[in-house]
Amino acid sequence: MKFTDFKSDQSVKWCPGCGDHAILNSVQKAMASLGYKKEEVAVISGIGCSSRFPYYMETYGFHTIHGRGLAVASGVKVANPRLQVWQITGDGDALAIGGNHFIHGIRRNIDLNVILFNNQIYGLTKGQYSPTSKRGFISKTSPFGTVESPFRPAELCIGARGHFFARCIDTDIKHSVGVLEEAALHKGTSIVEMLQNCVIYNDKTHNAITDKAHSQDRTIKLEHGKPMLFGKERNKGLVLDGLQLKVVTLGENGVTESDILVHDAHCEDISMHLKLADMEYPDYPVALGVIRSVKAPVYDQCVEEQLAAVQEKANIKSFNDLINAGDVWDVK
Amino acid sequence: MGKRSKVIERDEVVVRFSGDSGDGMQLTGTLFSYTSAIFGNDISTFPDYPSEIRAPQGTISGVSGFQVHFGHTEVFTPGDYCDVLVAMNPAALKANAKWMKPGGTVVLDVDSCDDKNLRKAGYETDDPIVESKLSSYNIVKAPITTLTKESLKDMGLDNKSILRSKNMYALGLVYWLFDRPLDHTKEYIKKKFAKKQLVVDANIKVLEDGYNYGNIIQAMTPSYHISPAEIKKGRYRNLSGNVATAWGLLAAAEKSGLELFLGSYPITPATEILQELSARKDLGVKVFQAEDEIAGICTSIGASFAGNLAVTTTSGPGLALKGEAIGLAVIAELPLVIVNVQRGGPSTGLPTKTEQSDLMQALYGRNGESPAIVVAASSPINCFDYAFYAAKLAVEHMTPVILLTDGFLANGTQPWRLPDMDEWPVINVPKADVNDKDWHPYKRDIEKLSRYWATPGTPGLEHRIGGLEKNEHSGAVSHDAMNHQRMVEIREDKVQRVANVIPELELLGDEAADTLVVGWGGTFGHLFTAVDEMITEGHKIALAHFNYIKPLPRNTHELLKRYKKIVVCELNMGQFADYLTMNFPDIQTQRFNKVQGQPFTVVELKEHFKTLLEE
Repeated sequence: MKFTDFKSDQSVKWCPGCGDHAILNSVQKAMASLGYKKEEVAVISGIGCSSRFPYYMETYGFHTIHGRGLAVASGVKVANPRLQVWQITGDGDALAIGGNHFIHGIRRNIDLNVILFNNQIYGLTKGQYSPTSKRGFISKTSPFGTVESPFRPAELCIGARGHFFARCIDTDIKHSVGVLEEAALHKGTSIVEMLQNCVIYNDKTHNAITDKAHSQDRTIKLEHGKPMLFGKERNKGLVLDGLQLKVVTLGENGVTESDILVHDAHCEDISMHLKLADMEYPDYPVALGVIRSVKAPVYDQCVEEQLAAVQEKANIKSFNDLINAGDVWDVK
Repeated sequence: MGKRSKVIERDEVVVRFSGDSGDGMQLTGTLFSYTSAIFGNDISTFPDYPSEIRAPQGTISGVSGFQVHFGHTEVFTPGDYCDVLVAMNPAALKANAKWMKPGGTVVLDVDSCDDKNLRKAGYETDDPIVESKLSSYNIVKAPITTLTKESLKDMGLDNKSILRSKNMYALGLVYWLFDRPLDHTKEYIKKKFAKKQLVVDANIKVLEDGYNYGNIIQAMTPSYHISPAEIKKGRYRNLSGNVATAWGLLAAAEKSGLELFLGSYPITPATEILQELSARKDLGVKVFQAEDEIAGICTSIGASFAGNLAVTTTSGPGLALKGEAIGLAVIAELPLVIVNVQRGGPSTGLPTKTEQSDLMQALYGRNGESPAIVVAASSPINCFDYAFYAAKLAVEHMTPVILLTDGFLANGTQPWRLPDMDEWPVINVPKADVNDKDWHPYKRDIEKLSRYWATPGTPGLEHRIGGLEKNEHSGAVSHDAMNHQRMVEIREDKVQRVANVIPELELLGDEAADTLVVGWGGTFGHLFTAVDEMITEGHKIALAHFNYIKPLPRNTHELLKRYKKIVVCELNMGQFADYLTMNFPDIQTQRFNKVQGQPFTVVELKEHFKTLLEE
């Protein structure tokens, strides 16, 4: 399969310059690289700009209703665990109207690949603040600034006992493809937060960290088993200072590479993963890549195993067995 | 068995067990009804319990009842008024006194009639029998608490466990009243407490002592004799409406060859369907207990997209939450069964009580033109039939079907003659043909107008569907004005064409009557009994009862227009009457409505019909 085999015949109707175009590319490349067959993929979305995604994929797809994509995707996967089920959602869709499904989907750990397009704005309704908009953010429904604090998707994910969380920048296709492949191979619910740019209603919202001129100094691409180094010169790193993370520079104050923390994405304990996921510019670099990836029982597999185990021992094998079992009497 | 001094011969009898919600009255009633059914009587039962698990002890709001109607003729309702009332405390007596048949028998635990309990029940004097105007009834003042303690004093049980066995003492006594064997109940006790021999021994002893107490007091207590009914040969079991619904869905899964998926969230009075199907892993049912009502239906829609026979179950408030998602299933044209076990509303309303007030919600409670098939079951056991047919219609016509039952049907039980599934129709799954060069997601069966089911995993049929309007020829998103008009019309037409495959409306009773009683759903038993008794009494009256609501049976208009006087009886403010008027403006109807959380009584129906006939 070539990645172009995953392109549908529909013309893509996102705004020119929208980050979604790049994410679509990354997903198609990841699927090609994973060796997926078109028919085994189901792409399920809710409502919002990002949720038009299934129409552009030459796979099975279902564009559902606002906030409920994850619930529909859960049904698809449990009904047919052989499918590769991808769920496309946005910050409004997943974290506002769909918040309940988001946390419970994660808690169950169904084998779904969720891509959360986070542009900190409602785009399709033309510019209202979202649950990830920064406090004080000015929008059409907050003309004097919001007086509420945003969610951090990673905290919700990990707080809901999530086992896989990653973060990418929409336009960094090469990095995104790798992360999406890891997410796809992870058994269980994987959440990939895409820092996505809405060119019309919230342009450059992530620019402080995504701008190519500064990106390497203001973000850190985490890789399991590798030291937490970043910066254009790869001379900055993270160490633990008491209970807090601290940015240090190699060669300063006697710091060497052996002092730098090594990323352990597979660690069950959530403390370090939360600290990494919570890092914000300018105090810290923003963490990208796979922050958490831990093995855990997978819902849809457990459902299959339980069915098989019960059926193996069951006396009732058909509907007729059922109705004849227990308290019956004959009238002659 | 002792000699009986006074035996009352009856064709049918109604017994009500009533006590505190912790007194075990539901179990007592269930065991009694099983024994009666096995003995060969036709039965119909109905539990009536508060929504609180343990409402304040001794108060009227905490009274829990279970009514059994059985006879040697067919019985269609659990009965209006009772011949025998078992009251475990004064509150139970007070709550039920008005439901006694003149000359009936009351078994009262006199030990419970202390000052405290009498006041809690709202009695002002120390003689509840006189105060409730029951002096002319047969009153069996049995010191059940004392006798139970006496019976178990040497068993080594703690006081709490002893008091918990009171219901078995009462049950034993009622078995004596009706001269029924104890075998079935003993077997039940042995099975239920298999690992607790002491509890088995204690319960069986109390049951037998309760029975023997009847012999001791027989001189002043009448007993009843009801012969077995003439029942069609076959194998039977007792079935409640909710279990019947679950089983109808299981049968449909087997007949269609599809896997059954239920996405649901617990809600009274629908929860037993979720519980029953959760236990059916032996038959491969996938049950997803969702985080809310919306996820319940949405997971089902996902499962339907993936090719399962998908179901969601709920009650009125849940149906309201599912509305948007039902619209998605309508526009995506996916098969889905939505079971709504109706209860009193609006809002939380009367969760444990019955009502028929979700009809308009089922028909129209969604945004946009959103037609769904609506069917209604009309007896506890035909919940099986209509759950099966709801699934058959959903799959064969690729559209959501709403099945309406209600709290009365859901919790009521009847003996069910086991079906021979070979005699039931197959369910044809309209799978898309991978070799069809012209296939597209909205290609339709030209007769039924239903589209074909192309499920993920099938090579070559990759496609996208969704909540946006689609082009009728390609399945691509379309905002074209005329296309939308056509698609709206097609979806409605598709549902209307279901009238071609459902049975015609049947007239019960006198063809030449000039008064027609019309009902739908769970009121059938009461309406039929009332009409049947009136015909026997020589009145010219007939009944037309609807199970198919949308579409209506094809002969509906033709049948209704034959009658000068039509009275539509419903447990709501007239929703079906309005619906009929909307469909057939030339048909004039009168209404008889009740919204008390309770079924109709045959008595009140007959009174009303008689007044109508005289007009």
